[in-house]
Amino acid sequence: MTRDAIKDLILEIIEDIDEDADFDTLESDKPLRDQLDLDSMDFLDIVMELRKRHKLQIPEEDYPELATLDSCVNYLDPLLKDA
Amino acid sequence: MPVSFSKASLENKYDVIIIGSGLGGLTSANRLAYCGYKVLLLEYHTQLGGLATWFKRKGHIFDVSLHGFPYGMVKTCKKYWNKEIMNSIVQLKKIVFDNPQFHLETTFDRLDFTEKLNKQFKIPASTIDAFFSRVAGMNFYDDQSMTTRELFEEFFPGRSDVHRLLMEPISYANGSTLDDPAITYGIVFSNFMNKGVFTFEGGTDKLIGMMTDELEKNGVTICTSAKVDRVVIDSGIVRGVEVQGKTIECGSVVSNSGITNTIYNLAGKDAFSDEFMAKADKIRVNNSSCQVYMGIKKEDKIDDIGDLLFTSTAPEFDSSELCDFTTRSKTFSVYYPKTRPGHDRYTIVASMNSNFADWDNLSEEEYKKEKQNLIDRALVDLDRYLPGAKEKMDWVEAATPKTFNRYTLHTQGTSFGTKFEGLDISRKIFKEVSGLFHVGSVGIIMSGWLGAINYGVIVSNDVDAYMRSIA
Ligand SMILES: Cc1cc2nc3c(=O)[nH]c(=O)nc-3n(C[C@H](O)[C@H](O)[C@H](O)COP(=O)(O)OP(=O)(O)OC[C@H]3O[C@@H](n4cnc5c(N)ncnc54)[C@H](O)[C@@H]3O)c2cc1C
Repeated sequence: MTRDAIKDLILEIIEDIDEDADFDTLESDKPLRDQLDLDSMDFLDIVMELRKRHKLQIPEEDYPELATLDSCVNYLDPLLKDA
Repeated sequence: MPVSFSKASLENKYDVIIIGSGLGGLTSANRLAYCGYKVLLLEYHTQLGGLATWFKRKGHIFDVSLHGFPYGMVKTCKKYWNKEIMNSIVQLKKIVFDNPQFHLETTFDRLDFTEKLNKQFKIPASTIDAFFSRVAGMNFYDDQSMTTRELFEEFFPGRSDVHRLLMEPISYANGSTLDDPAITYGIVFSNFMNKGVFTFEGGTDKLIGMMTDELEKNGVTICTSAKVDRVVIDSGIVRGVEVQGKTIECGSVVSNSGITNTIYNLAGKDAFSDEFMAKADKIRVNNSSCQVYMGIKKEDKIDDIGDLLFTSTAPEFDSSELCDFTTRSKTFSVYYPKTRPGHDRYTIVASMNSNFADWDNLSEEEYKKEKQNLIDRALVDLDRYLPGAKEKMDWVEAATPKTFNRYTLHTQGTSFGTKFEGLDISRKIFKEVSGLFHVGSVGIIMSGWLGAINYGVIVSNDVDAYMRSIA
């Protein structure tokens, strides 16, 4: 998966969680949590969705890696290379 | 339709078996079905819902635990159940406090509390703001050495009236006291202060009915009258459960039975390490409850005195007074026809916190007498708000900690699970016995309707990760 595709995947998952999420003003290096009104349950949903769709196991200690869109892509890039 | 265990034709093996259909168990079942697992849900009772329950008498429908939950339920129901369930959530706008220290009516949100604290209690706006920011920033993994009492003393020293306003509702909501960790207070209080108190229009029966439909749509097999006697564990790995002498195999078990029941009765303490058991032995359960259910005759009406009334004639707030056998503190939940549109009846439920031990040691005769005394006290107290209401009633009945214990099997009839230490044990149980998970009220923060549902999601994530790791 390309970095852009990973980015789209994350945004698609977030859109499923919150259909009113506004991506137009999203800054990819700032915490998603502050910009999109996501709470810790929403991050758990992202983890579960990634496991469901791509069989990815993200250990709890790695959850902070999902903080910003950029950090998500950086973290997932090696894991989804062959996806 | 859920079928009774003795009439069910079950398969020999499921991916996941859920023991208990409280809100935590129901939600785990739904999430795991969504993840693609073959799920069997086994409930001891004839009705699903656990403490989220109701019963019918003489044309009345009484709700047991529908007094109010935070706004967070809207998002949670939308994400983990469905939009129809979400759309039935409505606000309770009139919350009343009446005690010797103050009387007020509030929407129970940050804006209105700020105003009340400032104008009525004369607390400086900056202090109120600082308090709200502090509690809003609390996380469950933060340091838990500070107690709620210390938190209140820091912001509102010597102001027992303010402490009462802030604590009384939360003590009723989850059984916590001033001596519990401040973070448990902060998390639950902030949830409520977000937008106020909400309820489920249509009543508990409608909610559980909608959840049952959703589960069946998602392929969950549901059995009632199915008391699980034992979780079958072999070489540290879950193999299945035993019900009425029959073993059903599975990859994982999610127990929605109380955490203490799960450890001591279902798995058995031999399944765990000494280190784990040393911690488990220290788990304290929360208090239980007493309730008095009052039904108004079909042709009669009562005035709007508010949706939820926190009442007390005790001079000051005291966590232990709230649990006294003859406590002077109780809440009244008033259900107007708007609760169940179309049903058009009025009911009132008085709720008190209560200790199991006080009721457990009574002879049958004393128990009956004390139950009547409990009813009489509730009627006297209610008369202050609804004079003459007693004459309009055609049904009055009481429940005690013994009732809650019999109904849910929970240790000491606990209404709100365990104190804070239970959370860690519940979260780690699968590290002791592979494939054994616990869901349900623990740690104060994971209790209540919202807490139990969200915890159901959190635990499903652990189960899914485990199931995939062994696949
Ligand atoms: C009087 C009262 C008032 C409340 N008011 C509110 C309120 O207004 N708002 C709010 O948010 N919360 C309220 N609560 C709390 C809320 O109801 C609970 O926290 C929540 O419903 C608990 O869900 P749970 O998942 O922990 O399971 P529980 O509801 O505790 O259910 C556990 C289920 O497991 C079943 N079970 C146990 N052992 C076995 C076994 N061996 N085999 C098969 N089945 C088994 C039981 O029969 C039960 O159905 C109230 C609670 C009480 C008691």
